[in-house]
Amino acid sequence: MSVTVRNLKKKYGDIEALKGVSFEVNPGERFGFIGPDGAGKTTLFRILVSLLLPDDGEARVIGLDPVTGYKELRRRVGYMPGRFSLYQDLSVEENLRFFATIFNTTVSANYDLIRDIYHQIEPFKKRRAGDLSGGMKQKLALSCALIHKPDVLFLDEPTTGVDAVSRREFWDMLDKLKATGLTVLVSTPYMDEASRCDRIALMHRGHILDVNTPQGISGNFGRELWAVRADRCYRLLKALRSFPHAGSVFTFGEQVHYTDRRDDFNPEELKSWLESEGLAQVQIEKIRPTVEDTLISLMDRQEGGGPPDNSATEFHRT
Amino acid sequence: MKAFWGFIVKEFYHIFRDRRTLLILFGMPLIQLLLFGYAIRNELNKADIAILDQSRDEVTREVTDKLLASGHFQLAAFLESEAEVEKIFQKGLARGVIVFEPGFGRKLIREGRSAVNVITDASEPNMAQMLEVYITNVIRDYQREWNAVNHGGGEFTAMGINPQTRMLFNPGLRSANLFVPGLIAFILMLVSAFLTSITIAREKEMGTMEVLLVSPLNPMQIIVGKVLPYLALSVINVFMVLVVALAVFQVPFRGSFVLFTLLCLLFIMTALALGVRISSLVRDQQTAMMISLAGLLLPTILLSGFIFPIANMPDVLQWISHIVPAKWFLIIIRGIMLKGAGLEHLWMETLILFGMMFILLVSSIHSFKIRLE
Repeated sequence: MSVTVRNLKKKYGDIEALKGVSFEVNPGERFGFIGPDGAGKTTLFRILVSLLLPDDGEARVIGLDPVTGYKELRRRVGYMPGRFSLYQDLSVEENLRFFATIFNTTVSANYDLIRDIYHQIEPFKKRRAGDLSGGMKQKLALSCALIHKPDVLFLDEPTTGVDAVSRREFWDMLDKLKATGLTVLVSTPYMDEASRCDRIALMHRGHILDVNTPQGISGNFGRELWAVRADRCYRLLKALRSFPHAGSVFTFGEQVHYTDRRDDFNPEELKSWLESEGLAQVQIEKIRPTVEDTLISLMDRQEGGGPPDNSATEFHRT
Repeated sequence: MKAFWGFIVKEFYHIFRDRRTLLILFGMPLIQLLLFGYAIRNELNKADIAILDQSRDEVTREVTDKLLASGHFQLAAFLESEAEVEKIFQKGLARGVIVFEPGFGRKLIREGRSAVNVITDASEPNMAQMLEVYITNVIRDYQREWNAVNHGGGEFTAMGINPQTRMLFNPGLRSANLFVPGLIAFILMLVSAFLTSITIAREKEMGTMEVLLVSPLNPMQIIVGKVLPYLALSVINVFMVLVVALAVFQVPFRGSFVLFTLLCLLFIMTALALGVRISSLVRDQQTAMMISLAGLLLPTILLSGFIFPIANMPDVLQWISHIVPAKWFLIIIRGIMLKGAGLEHLWMETLILFGMMFILLVSSIHSFKIRLE
């Protein structure tokens, strides 16, 4: 196993950031952590790269304990924090050279590994890192995290705050890295990025709700999911929540995703009920649950039913 | 080792690319030096005075001429009566009034004594004091000349005359002697402690500390890599200030140059350790700046004896001044520069400074966190 975590717990004062998480990551795997802000993703990553001490539980990263074996560990992992953490007043080239030097290596020694990524920012190598665009900053940060040829790479929300095109490019770069057999742990609040991982762990409020392949997670929804549209969205949401047989009801873009508690649900019945509530242009359509639907329904179950707390489920959609 | 040098190179990039840091490093010391040297002089320049001469004889005329010829004063008005004294102060036309008693010259010749009254506007206490001292000295000068002319003549002392105040007539020289050692202490504190605490805090604030920690660099390398460039720049700064002080303000340097350099290094180490210690307490540059400013720079200016003599302070402040490293350093470099003192005279201060440095160094290395919390 590249990474093994058992019952990891971490508290900040009274706040439990991690409430006992367990998972395993296989060598060469790309393992995603998906969850809203405050799910505990950053805390987990920081524990795994030895920046924080866990309160309880065990972790092994490439066979090393981040608590006792941190010196060796810090030599062998690559870590890209959530915030852009390079020197803004150094040029692209200087940043890369600096990170190569402090890992006792050189840019040329490991250039092969970063060639595809660095190639894209090389025309700007004299530019100060602070003057780069978000997408270029992120490519530079990835280059710097890779320059010492780590055995396992931790990317904490690498695509947060980056435009859609750059996000896709970033995942394409990770695809190329996959050929080198590098194990990558990556966290993201973006649901649509889940499908780019081999396996994902759904995180919420310090728990891992499910670990599965992206297809497995979507198939794990367990119910029929319906997308409902009508002329007035908010009114529709309220009406659906007051429908006696409603299971979960939450907005998804301009639609409302709806599950029914009965097994013999008839969409026509719901439609005529909604029309009797004064809504027009009602459309009801059966859809395939996405990772986000699964996560929301899992969170819903974890919190013991009731409408999901919207503040806790602020997802970033594209 | 290569990693360590790479770190130092990076540190120099930071310093030479940040205008603010450069300004503090090289602009501030020069500005301070010139400010103290030229602007903040304990020297009177054309202060307005008024004269109430109730005697109007030859002696009072001569004293008046001598006062006005000194260049330190200019005449605002001749007053006719004592009632006008308060008025002229209220109008703000004069900073001081000199009152000769009736029959001044006659009394001086016959009795060997006569009185002159110097009234000053003490709403500006420093000015009033200076005026008093200057006028006293001019009158005393006149008296010496008068004595020389009238051998065996009587002596008149209008007021207590302190021979030390005579030095104020050599203003540039004396204040430079006083402030240059203090300025060296201040600059070393500024560059070493203030800038180091900020530069480490910046790594934390920008999130780069997180990346540095997850690297093979150990805490010693990070700390030493951070402070070494500032140590070098501090030494350059000391010599810069020293050269200007010697060349422009003719400050004497009577002691051993080697001893001076070694003890400067000791003080720099103390200040650097303080800077590292402060940076371990804070998360961002703003806080580092505030703590350094309030906790280091102010005591260095106010409680070190730089400007205000420690002996004149209340007991509590005197006691606090003992833990201000700059106080001991000031005694040391004033001793070396002005008195030519050697280690045999300064061993106690050196030992105290060394102890402070050692404690701070151990505590700052100990407090450096290998993790984020």
